[in-house]
Amino acid sequence: MENIITLAHGSGGSATLRLIDQVFKKHFNNDILSMGDDCARLNIGNAKNIVFTTDSFVVTPIFFKGGNIGKLAVCGTVNDIATSGATPLYLSCGFIIEEGFSIDELEEIVESMSNTARECGVQIVTGDTKVVQKGAADKIFINTSGIGIVPDGINISGRNAKVGDKIIISGTIGDHGSCILLERENMGLQAKIKSDCAPLSSLVQDMLKITSEIHVLRDPTRGGVATTLNEIAAQSKVTILIHEDKLPVKLEVQGVCELLGMDPLYMANEGKLLCFVPAEKADVILNTIRGNKYGENAQIIGEVVKAGEPKVLLHALSGGIRIINLLAGDQLPRIC
Amino acid sequence: MTNYIDEFRDKVVMQKIVERLCTYSGRNIKIMEVCGTHTMAISRLGLRSLLPKSIELLSGPGCPVCVTPTSYIDSATELADNKDIIVTTFGDMMRIPGNESTLLYKKAKGCNVQMVYSPLNAVDLARENPNKEVVFLSVGFETTTPVIALSVYKAKSEGIKNYSVLTANKTMPEAIKTLAGDEELAIDGFIYPGHVCAIIGTDFFSYLSYNMEKAGVVAGFEPLDILYSINTLVKNITEDNYILENMYSRIVKKEGNIKAQQKVFEIFEPNDAVWRGIGMIPNSGMGLRDEYEKFDAAKKFNIKLKVSPEPKGCLCGEVLKGKKRPSDCKLFKTRCTPENPVGACMVSSEGTCAAYYKYGDGQIS
Repeated sequence: MENIITLAHGSGGSATLRLIDQVFKKHFNNDILSMGDDCARLNIGNAKNIVFTTDSFVVTPIFFKGGNIGKLAVCGTVNDIATSGATPLYLSCGFIIEEGFSIDELEEIVESMSNTARECGVQIVTGDTKVVQKGAADKIFINTSGIGIVPDGINISGRNAKVGDKIIISGTIGDHGSCILLERENMGLQAKIKSDCAPLSSLVQDMLKITSEIHVLRDPTRGGVATTLNEIAAQSKVTILIHEDKLPVKLEVQGVCELLGMDPLYMANEGKLLCFVPAEKADVILNTIRGNKYGENAQIIGEVVKAGEPKVLLHALSGGIRIINLLAGDQLPRIC
Repeated sequence: MTNYIDEFRDKVVMQKIVERLCTYSGRNIKIMEVCGTHTMAISRLGLRSLLPKSIELLSGPGCPVCVTPTSYIDSATELADNKDIIVTTFGDMMRIPGNESTLLYKKAKGCNVQMVYSPLNAVDLARENPNKEVVFLSVGFETTTPVIALSVYKAKSEGIKNYSVLTANKTMPEAIKTLAGDEELAIDGFIYPGHVCAIIGTDFFSYLSYNMEKAGVVAGFEPLDILYSINTLVKNITEDNYILENMYSRIVKKEGNIKAQQKVFEIFEPNDAVWRGIGMIPNSGMGLRDEYEKFDAAKKFNIKLKVSPEPKGCLCGEVLKGKKRPSDCKLFKTRCTPENPVGACMVSSEGTCAAYYKYGDGQIS
């Protein structure tokens, strides 16, 4: 079979990681890229600690309960910057729009982006628009890139997880993934699930006011908490243990996942963050997160137990231990 | 109000049952579960890491995709090459390797392959695309066959002529009977598939328990369903109590789902079927009755299923019979991974090798 791109390469799992290694990193490689975090850390002249990131958004449907592709595009890039410890400052946005797309819908998306940007104090300072023929894009694709500045003394990276660190999730998992799945596929299921799409910069600022000793921050988007924990385990070369009874999952999300045979650990989140903090700081950070409107349901879900072997383990409800692995492609619903 | 989830996930009760199972000091016993969803659930629970070594849990051929012969995938990918055909399938089948290709690859190359959540969606597609032929890949056990039967029934009653199914449907009873009679395997007891029994009822497995002297339980899929069932099975095995106990009675009735059985009987009839890795088991498959032959894709497109050898080194057949564990296969995690599966056991979401790869083999401290 020819070596071609399939949908598995876009799911954020092991196929995606291999593609990045075998094609992108092979040709683009440099010290900055090989750090492996969501943002690149740059020093330009006298300006130190600049972070720079980019993300593209192709979600279907483009309007969903809790948001739309525009809000997602702003939150996604703002959150990547915020989870590097930086204050997000400026965004660019590029639009690829399919011929025939409604200008009213475009305006609704753009207005939503403007509102979200205003909430986080970022400015959209440059952009681009392309229109392609019918069929060459699925309604609208958006790319956003962003820059921010990391304050002195803050060193947050996926490589910094330490044995003994406690792991906190800022709220319920799987909301966005379940919402999109239900809205995209006509399954005849009705559930009060909405996307958790939200900007997390204010939450991160609240946390940094309390302590600078935050080792890792990341937003568990595509591929869910399971994928993000595996990435961090690989970057930091540590074994992570998660406790199943501590994972916060909305009842409706659990219900949908049970019915379809999906696992909330692998469902996307667009308004949550994972943080790794020293054990002695865990309670105070947890309370700080819970004090922010986007962190009400935060929980300590696990800890880093060993250095050396990158692994993510689950302490299951039964008391047994099993692996949380990377998926090869997308999660697929059950047959029987 | 009960939601049938929380009550069956009570951590305290779970740990009590596990503690009790860990006090088992009898002879070595082998329990086989024959449902892919049970394989996955047991792995997700981390159960193998908890049970004493004297209670061995084996996985059987309970994954409908895994037991589908490679040549079926070859036929499906050939159909996909036809520009006038839309191939519709459950998502699982997309990555299963045929001898040449996969459906995911064909889709990426521009063939019209669509994942559906239900065969009824495939009928909708046929209605919406009158100039194309829609073929549904009809793979599944007794739990899935009723809704496939319904899709054929709907298509016929609406006069839809461009819908057909390529059948590889299977039934569990004869396969389980074959395994129960395998002296080399020497299974002591079975965990029977809860949702299959919800359709077909429990009589056949009662008969099997009594006549072949194998204790059995019909189990659900929640953690406590599985733990209670294993606990009951261990007790019955050690007491030589060759009975079937229905421990999923909130869903499973003795007579099963009569309406579903009737629909299946109307559209399908039993036939002999080839199980990948096991060979031909008489009366273990389902094909369309003659009066529905216009909906039979094999007849419509003149497809003959060929016999194809297993890939060299692949132990899927032995794994499906419970004779080998995935870790016994030299290809497991080396050449055979979820991204590059050699055999179906690895890539199907209910496959034993996929479960062991994803969740570990229970040897974790």
